[in-house]
Amino acid sequence: MSSKSGASYSDFITGSPLVDTAAPDGPIETRWERRRFGVKLVNPANKRKMKIIVVGTGLAGGSAAATLAELGYQVSSFCYQDSPRRAHSIAAQGGINAAKNYRGDGDSIYRLFYDTVKGGDFRSRESNVHRLAEISVQIIDQCVAQGVPFAREYGGLLDTRSFGGAQVSRTFYARGQTGQQLLLGAYQALERQIDAGGVTMYPRHEMLELIVVDGRARGIVARDLVTGETRSHLADAVVLASGGYGNVFYLSTNAKGCNVTASWRAHRKGALFANPCYTQIHPTCIPVSGDHQSKLTLMSESLRNDGRVWVPQKAGDTRAPGDIPDAERDYFLERQYPAFGNLVPRDIASRAAKNVCDAGRGVGPTGLGVYLDFADAISRLGRPAVAAKYGNLFQMYQRITGEDPYEVPMRIFPAVHYTMGGLWVDYDLQSTVPGLFVVGEANFSDHGANRLGASALMQGLADGYFVLPNTIGDYLARGVEPVATDAPEVREAEAAVAGRVEKLLSIDGDRTVDSFHRELGHLMWDHCGMERTAEGLRKALDRIPELRREFWQTVKVPGSAATLNQSLEKAGRVADFLELGELMCLDALHREESCGGHFRAESQTEDGEAARDDERFSYVAAWEYTGAAPVLHKEDLNFDYVTPSQRSYK
Amino acid sequence: MRLNLRIWRQDNAEDKGRLVAYRVDDADEDMSFLELMDVLNEKLILDGEEPVAFDHDCREGICGACSMVINGEPHGPQKATTTCQLHLRHFRDGETITVEPFRAAAFPVVKDLVVDRTSFDRIIAGGGYISAPTGAAPEAHAAPVPKRNADRAFTAAACIGCGACVAACPNGSASLFLGAKITHLGELPQGQPERSDRVIRMVKTHDAEGFGGCTNTGECAVACPKEIPLDVISQLNRDYLSATTHRR
Repeated sequence: MSSKSGASYSDFITGSPLVDTAAPDGPIETRWERRRFGVKLVNPANKRKMKIIVVGTGLAGGSAAATLAELGYQVSSFCYQDSPRRAHSIAAQGGINAAKNYRGDGDSIYRLFYDTVKGGDFRSRESNVHRLAEISVQIIDQCVAQGVPFAREYGGLLDTRSFGGAQVSRTFYARGQTGQQLLLGAYQALERQIDAGGVTMYPRHEMLELIVVDGRARGIVARDLVTGETRSHLADAVVLASGGYGNVFYLSTNAKGCNVTASWRAHRKGALFANPCYTQIHPTCIPVSGDHQSKLTLMSESLRNDGRVWVPQKAGDTRAPGDIPDAERDYFLERQYPAFGNLVPRDIASRAAKNVCDAGRGVGPTGLGVYLDFADAISRLGRPAVAAKYGNLFQMYQRITGEDPYEVPMRIFPAVHYTMGGLWVDYDLQSTVPGLFVVGEANFSDHGANRLGASALMQGLADGYFVLPNTIGDYLARGVEPVATDAPEVREAEAAVAGRVEKLLSIDGDRTVDSFHRELGHLMWDHCGMERTAEGLRKALDRIPELRREFWQTVKVPGSAATLNQSLEKAGRVADFLELGELMCLDALHREESCGGHFRAESQTEDGEAARDDERFSYVAAWEYTGAAPVLHKEDLNFDYVTPSQRSYK
Repeated sequence: MRLNLRIWRQDNAEDKGRLVAYRVDDADEDMSFLELMDVLNEKLILDGEEPVAFDHDCREGICGACSMVINGEPHGPQKATTTCQLHLRHFRDGETITVEPFRAAAFPVVKDLVVDRTSFDRIIAGGGYISAPTGAAPEAHAAPVPKRNADRAFTAAACIGCGACVAACPNGSASLFLGAKITHLGELPQGQPERSDRVIRMVKTHDAEGFGGCTNTGECAVACPKEIPLDVISQLNRDYLSATTHRR
């Protein structure tokens, strides 16, 4: 229940290394093919008898559930929203990468692989990333066949654009709503299987516990958010597709409901949590306007194709942007990174923006903002052309800020966006709990320490449509014994959920759940955000256990468990964030190098760029839950194809 | 700014429900309407009252979860705007605002402002897809799509499934939602093999779910936060007529 409420991991223990990742060796371009041939197959007659639970209905979960049902398995699909169509993948704006080389500009599977490994700052696995690049090509075919209305040229062929971190045009898009259209494709495939009887859908259900019997994942305990009923659901395998945990920062670009509970409950049952401190900070977000703010809104990175980023040369220049002549502006990305200019990767653009704001040159009422200016693009291309490309984004910006970006430059600032950490999985996407598979943002793989734009959608769909459906059979083919609904492990999991719910409702203190969440978020942003120091992280590690103790003593959760109770839902999620936050800080503290979006102030080059330390930190940090000091298991990363080097975008 | 709120409170589907008056004194014009609800709820919790239940999630106008009728209009007075993107700068200091759930026979109230919109999912399950099993797809460039068709498909596909069209319709019809999906898939070559079956099955599900018939009042398109054009309903009618008269 609240076993860890007062405890603190002041330190950690280094455990045995993780050696077996199940990845085949040999030539990289044949590894996936050989793995697929090597997996055991399940007889179609047996598939009908096998049950798989999928938690989450975003790109990864929706596509996985639909595909598994097509293969013949019995699938139960769970989401906390009222409909699977509302998963937060729907909010991704920019696009999806694929090595189609339709432009003939030199793209290839190998180049996408190379760019992704480099963009991840050499903290991802070569085998996984190569597979992702290979599958990217099939994803576009699949989505087009489903009717995803990608942008087209006048000749009827697919259009592409370029994105941060890439010099080729490989990003497919559907105006500024690519995530929505891809998600609707997966959702429609899912609804088709629901109609066909292959998938049983449980909307407004939240997974609150993982059931592990004889060391294997055998089901979940879920709460029906409308009736309050908690019930066990058993299966032969469990797939978590429950997304990322950026909401630990309170303010983020995530949907309000995004949470870590499914992953964290699995972590507490034995699944290792890898690289928790790897958070992507997105450079193009609308700045915070006040204390009431509940979330941050992203502006698609594709805007940096035509928008120029600048601040005044002089600190404290309060003139209106139009009154500042060109010579008194600093187009700092173009100046510092002439080769990539405004299209540098997200971590580089974010940090550069933070630096100019720290130097007092930020713009807007809070000074935490930089201009993203379309004046040049409008005079070069004309307003209609700019409107055709970015119209809906401009409209959204205007709605939120009350300013017209056709007339005045947008203001942007970095914000927490995507988490590259997550549950550790092997090449088959299986966690360290046999029978528990993790896909999409919920797992840690593929992105390394930094994610390139338009690669999240690619990974979600690759995992869900193509990887998991191939690898999960290997586990199931080896045979899974039936489990009794009244097995002691099932009863225990149910009792744990009931106890936790009862405890949260009984405290009846004087502080709201949101106030705890906000305080945790501030701590995380200040000390475990874009820039970290050992001193700051230690401060956070002191304060978080105290905050957790206060939470379990003074939180106020009104209402009852037997009805729709949104305060209770939030309370359970924030309780888990209060544990995760500490692990994130510990992970950040132990990694004494700058890497991707994780900038350790103590580790920088002479000109202020992030300094990686491959000698000491070229590994995945996978943490084991013990209830006390966590155990760190290291998985060494080997680079046979892309030699780690200082990333330079200059 | 100070705002007076009259909010619909209803414990569950069986409860009769009532409007309750609240006041928020410290609203800010930069707040979104949902942030106003957050501020109110924080106050209610500390006063020992149950907060107002409402659906919301992405808060960036795309998930379609937020659903409330503000001063008689689904998603409030601002054109082409979801509730989460509606900011208080569009209201006057001291104004009284009435907040109610989306009302329709096919959207039963769950609690307060939360309604059950799973009937929309069942309409999609009733044929709102292209049958394209994973792995069976031809090369994406095999079927070019004229830009005009791709653009129209996209415009229709932008529907977020919020249900404002239903809440605005005097008949509680979901024709705009249905027409949007029919138009999206019908504009694409991939959507042709199932075109007739799709429209017949989807209309059948729509009617069985308790949505009303369309009488062309056009309120749906006015309320639609994504500005889905009314002509998707004409498309729906054309497709339905054609499917029922020429179906082989």
